[in-house]
Amino acid sequence: MRYLVSVIDDTSNPGSTDRQPAISAFNERLIAEGYWVFAGGLADTDAATVIDNRGEQAVFSDGPFVESKEYLAGVWVWEAPDLDVALELAAEASKVCDRKIEVRPFR
Amino acid sequence: MSDVEEAVTRAHHDEWARVVAALTRRFGDLDIAEEAAAEAFTTAVERWPADGVPPKPGAWLTTTATRRAIDRIRRENKRDDKHKEARMVYDNTPPEPLGAIDDDRLRLIFTCCHPALAMEARLALTLRMVGGLTVPEIARAFLVAESAMGQRITRAKAKIKSARIPYRVPAEEDLAARVSGVLAVLFLVFNEGYLATGPDTDPVRHDLTAEAIRLTRLIRALLPEDGEVAGLLALMLLTEARRTARVSASGELVPLGEQDRGAWDAALVAEGHRLVRERLAAAAAGMAPGRYQILAAINAVHTSARDVRDTDWSQVVALYDQLVRLDRSPIIALNRAIAVAELDGPEVALAAVDRLEDELAGYHAYQATRADLLRRLGRSGEARAAYDRAIELAGNTAETAYLTRRREQLR
Repeated sequence: MRYLVSVIDDTSNPGSTDRQPAISAFNERLIAEGYWVFAGGLADTDAATVIDNRGEQAVFSDGPFVESKEYLAGVWVWEAPDLDVALELAAEASKVCDRKIEVRPFR
Repeated sequence: MSDVEEAVTRAHHDEWARVVAALTRRFGDLDIAEEAAAEAFTTAVERWPADGVPPKPGAWLTTTATRRAIDRIRRENKRDDKHKEARMVYDNTPPEPLGAIDDDRLRLIFTCCHPALAMEARLALTLRMVGGLTVPEIARAFLVAESAMGQRITRAKAKIKSARIPYRVPAEEDLAARVSGVLAVLFLVFNEGYLATGPDTDPVRHDLTAEAIRLTRLIRALLPEDGEVAGLLALMLLTEARRTARVSASGELVPLGEQDRGAWDAALVAEGHRLVRERLAAAAAGMAPGRYQILAAINAVHTSARDVRDTDWSQVVALYDQLVRLDRSPIIALNRAIAVAELDGPEVALAAVDRLEDELAGYHAYQATRADLLRRLGRSGEARAAYDRAIELAGNTAETAYLTRRREQLR
């Protein structure tokens, strides 16, 4: 079962910066234990562009699709046998990143 | 009730969770398990009066439900049916590795109380899948529209499926943490029954307290070594023992100190005391008690006193001191202050209660406790204001009646 694991940043209650060494170590463990599929940090929401081409012509707009004080800072894709395993890893990930984590299965 | 009706009712009580659990394990689907179990009980109601009650009702129900489930899957006629059916009929898949305890019902309880589900979904799902209560019954218990309750249960089952919440007893190292979530669900059910909220309900919902006790007994049978399970069961029994003495004929709440102790259920008290003694022995052997065990011990002190004046208040305060160290909740500090009032007088207690104002000003028991202490200190004006506030906040009809009378008695 694959899970999208989102790292959620919060403008009013941000996590600590420079978690990189701890995150790298955690990633290596994920790889070694066979959970790691993909991971990546995201640029700031300022860098986002939303495209809507459902009408006559494509409309490009500046900024994220939803303005909120919480935003997506990065993602993992994990392969885990079930939700309990994913949740246990996610609890660890939240500590390592010092941020909130959302776990969602792929359909 | 005829013998057959009684047999069906008893089977529903004793076997529902077992049937649902066995089918969930076999088919891996809560929906199929629940519907097939319900159909099997309907069939029992139709057949048993004519055919007689089978010698092993549980086995009969499981077999009937299994057939119904297979029929249903056949009817649904999905393209992978053939394969699925073959697997079901021969079921030669290796059994899943067992958790700490192997019981289907225990797996079912842990699945229904999974931390990935919202608390209200856990409550509803546990009462439906493990307790066998119908959706209208659960809706009535929590004063929610039937359609909303049905949806809540459907959504919870859908999340179990889509998020792949495993149907399993957690591994030994996670067990204690997960059991505490299960106990929290059962305690919530019990408390809602014991001090029911809402203007249109009975002040005490015996259906809910009885169900909570029944499910806790089940957990106790499945996890006999768990001290907190024993503690919660003892706590519920000692509280339930006082149920009939707790509301007067005129529908007013009767506080502990004014209850007719002869009306307490002696058998429940004795059983609760036995469990508390068992836990005291364990504590003496070095096992630190958790909050339910300490709360049960406090209730054991209360129920040991033949008259309220015989209550060992220093023992009660000492137990609250122990509890405060485990749980810094202001509600525990409030209850401790109530015991302190009996030991050191209302003035000392009031000072302790007043310190909790920031956290508890909106809580009815805080205002009611303050009102009582102010009354005992002769500060009638302030007491009246506190009673007014408590009456405003109280959701339980019997409690409102009691507080109103107390307020009228002030000079």
